[in-house]
Amino acid sequence: MKKNIWHIQRAQSSINSTFLIRGGRVIDPANKIDKIADVLIVDGKIAAVEENITFDAQETFDATGKVVTPGLIDMHVHFREPGQEAKEDFESGSRAAVAGGFTTVATMPNTSPVVDNSALVRSMIKRAEDVGLINIKIIGAVTKNQNGQELAELFDMIDAGVVAFSDDGHFDDNAKIFMNALDYLQPTGKIIICHEEETSLVKEGVMNEGKRSAILGLKGRPTVAEDIAVARDALLAEYTGGRVHIAHMSSARSVEIVRDAKKRGVKITAEVTPQHLTMTDDLVDPSDTSTKINPPLRTQKDCDALLEGLKDGTIDAIVTDHSPHAPEEKDREYIYAPSGFPGLETSLGILLTDLYHKNKIDLPTLISKMTYEPAKIFGLDAGNLTIGAPADITIIDTERAWTVDAEKFYTRGSHSPFVGRNLKGRAVATIVHGNLMRLL
Amino acid sequence: MDNVTLSGKNIIGLENFSADEINLVLKTARSMKKIIRGKEKKLPDLKGRAIINLFCENSTRTRTSFELAGKYLGADVVSINAATSSMSKGESLRDTLMTVEAMGVDAIVIRHKAEGSAEYASKIVKPIIINAGDGAHAHPSQGLLDLFTIQQAKGRLAGLKVAIVGDILHSRVARSDIFGLTKMGAKVHLAGPKTLLPRFFDFDGVEVHDNVEDAIKNADVINILRLQLERMQTGLFPTPREYARVFGINEKRLALAKEDVLILHPGPQNKGLEISNDITYCENSAIRDQVQNGVAIRMALLYLTLNGGNS
Repeated sequence: MKKNIWHIQRAQSSINSTFLIRGGRVIDPANKIDKIADVLIVDGKIAAVEENITFDAQETFDATGKVVTPGLIDMHVHFREPGQEAKEDFESGSRAAVAGGFTTVATMPNTSPVVDNSALVRSMIKRAEDVGLINIKIIGAVTKNQNGQELAELFDMIDAGVVAFSDDGHFDDNAKIFMNALDYLQPTGKIIICHEEETSLVKEGVMNEGKRSAILGLKGRPTVAEDIAVARDALLAEYTGGRVHIAHMSSARSVEIVRDAKKRGVKITAEVTPQHLTMTDDLVDPSDTSTKINPPLRTQKDCDALLEGLKDGTIDAIVTDHSPHAPEEKDREYIYAPSGFPGLETSLGILLTDLYHKNKIDLPTLISKMTYEPAKIFGLDAGNLTIGAPADITIIDTERAWTVDAEKFYTRGSHSPFVGRNLKGRAVATIVHGNLMRLL
Repeated sequence: MDNVTLSGKNIIGLENFSADEINLVLKTARSMKKIIRGKEKKLPDLKGRAIINLFCENSTRTRTSFELAGKYLGADVVSINAATSSMSKGESLRDTLMTVEAMGVDAIVIRHKAEGSAEYASKIVKPIIINAGDGAHAHPSQGLLDLFTIQQAKGRLAGLKVAIVGDILHSRVARSDIFGLTKMGAKVHLAGPKTLLPRFFDFDGVEVHDNVEDAIKNADVINILRLQLERMQTGLFPTPREYARVFGINEKRLALAKEDVLILHPGPQNKGLEISNDITYCENSAIRDQVQNGVAIRMALLYLTLNGGNS
């Protein structure tokens, strides 16, 4: 049995409430703020960000020595609803998000059935409101049943409230259909989030094609599969004027392609995961399926290029690609196990431990990639501490030592390559619409 | 070498073996071979021990030789064929292993299509796990019997030029040979269609060639790998005819190797494809010795891991 130690409860009404967060280092990249300040929340909205606020709030939080940021945003999660609730649902996924410091997530549509029509979008938005723990945004499929052959009713889904489109999980091989989607969506400014692995090159592959796969005999997914896909979609974005967002980048060469496309003014953005930034294929152990992900873990050269791309603005956002599976699905032979692992609860800790504390990235840049920048790309009313904005806030203790323990996960997933890691830094409080969701 | 022991150890792949451990197995196999050739083949050493052969992939020589090896040593051996077991009803590998363990076996010899499955098994159950082939990863008993066959014929392993020709990419035999041979100081030369060679294979003691001729030139040993014909369907080579012409080992090509070159093939052979018929039966061929040595090596592995002795 899992032993959860933190109390996460559903948001209560924040009307007629006042909440003061005192003395933290407030980092708000959207407003270029990085200073010790108090944050006052009134009726679930940001009321003031100033030094030494004197206000007799109903509730106070002493954030001395801690970092106060806009609530973290993750534009790439799999909450598995509808149809795959043994892996995760909106409730368990939301709890995992809160535990990891995330207040806004966007769910991928590769569910059962696929979220490819407005009726489903509306029901998922209603479901998200009913769960009500965090802000859940819905991403719709680009093609019907994500089949890559026929466009889904994209405008209907926009009207129903999708935040973006994606056939995540696989690459759309049919270039004409993908180009049609870019053309069709171009006037709307909506983004297509692209899983970039050319299908025929990764067909049976389960890990990076490299020296490690040569030793293990496991079939490879070469970096060139990603590079070809990223190059095609960068070219199609340039040609059509449509907006492309490259999902979970993993290869050094693809960073160069995106960097070049951005220089040419192409409407292209990109995201990267903590695992692709910090882990390599040397860690693949064929008797442990937790490292099996798509695209796969690459090499140190790729990690270095991804970090460089993150810092120079080639890569805009950090996402988790939170992909939980039921424990029994992952507890099996490597080649048969499904790809992906739950990332919401470990993301911040990994990034702080492996990047921030090793002086590979500064805190404002890191926070910006998890708040302001994804909000800007996807046009979200989130990711900033502007007066009047929804009071979604994450309080981070960068020095808090903890150990990743799957028994304490809120997600239904269990197999994570980060299990057992001793980390330094994590979210200690997550505030959604002015409600303190969690207090350590 | 006196304190080297494999007692209680799992046999997963030769990359985890030390040269001393390999020497221990080869030395033990020499004694076992004498027993196989003798009249009385029943030893008492593993009396009262139970061994399960869990074969989730087809096999003739490996399964039979493990069965005989166990029986020659006095153990009770049961073979499970996955196609007729509960695994065909959808039972997971974990549950099958735990079921077998609950019956009180001392060792599980496992063959499985999935790379890493033997190591996975070793994490789930307590009996000794012996890998009889896991996908394209490893086939340690085959690697050891190849080493044993070479050592018996040449008197040594260090300094030999060993060519391995054919489908390296999908071959667990090639991987086990490469790790075993390089640990023992032999030089390994690889050749085959570039579509069937791993792209990233830079290891000490291993050289990858652009053509078969360079690989087998002055070779002391040529190991000819089996070509799986289904590779043709996935476009990795065009036709058997062209394969035989460009990569097959025939008399003409063999003349490039040393006169006393030793020919190995893990079997089963595709005659006229990777190997011509006259090569199979020529006096340099050790293909039949490999089969007998396979029983000796498997006896050595069962004896060393289960019996607790060191030689």
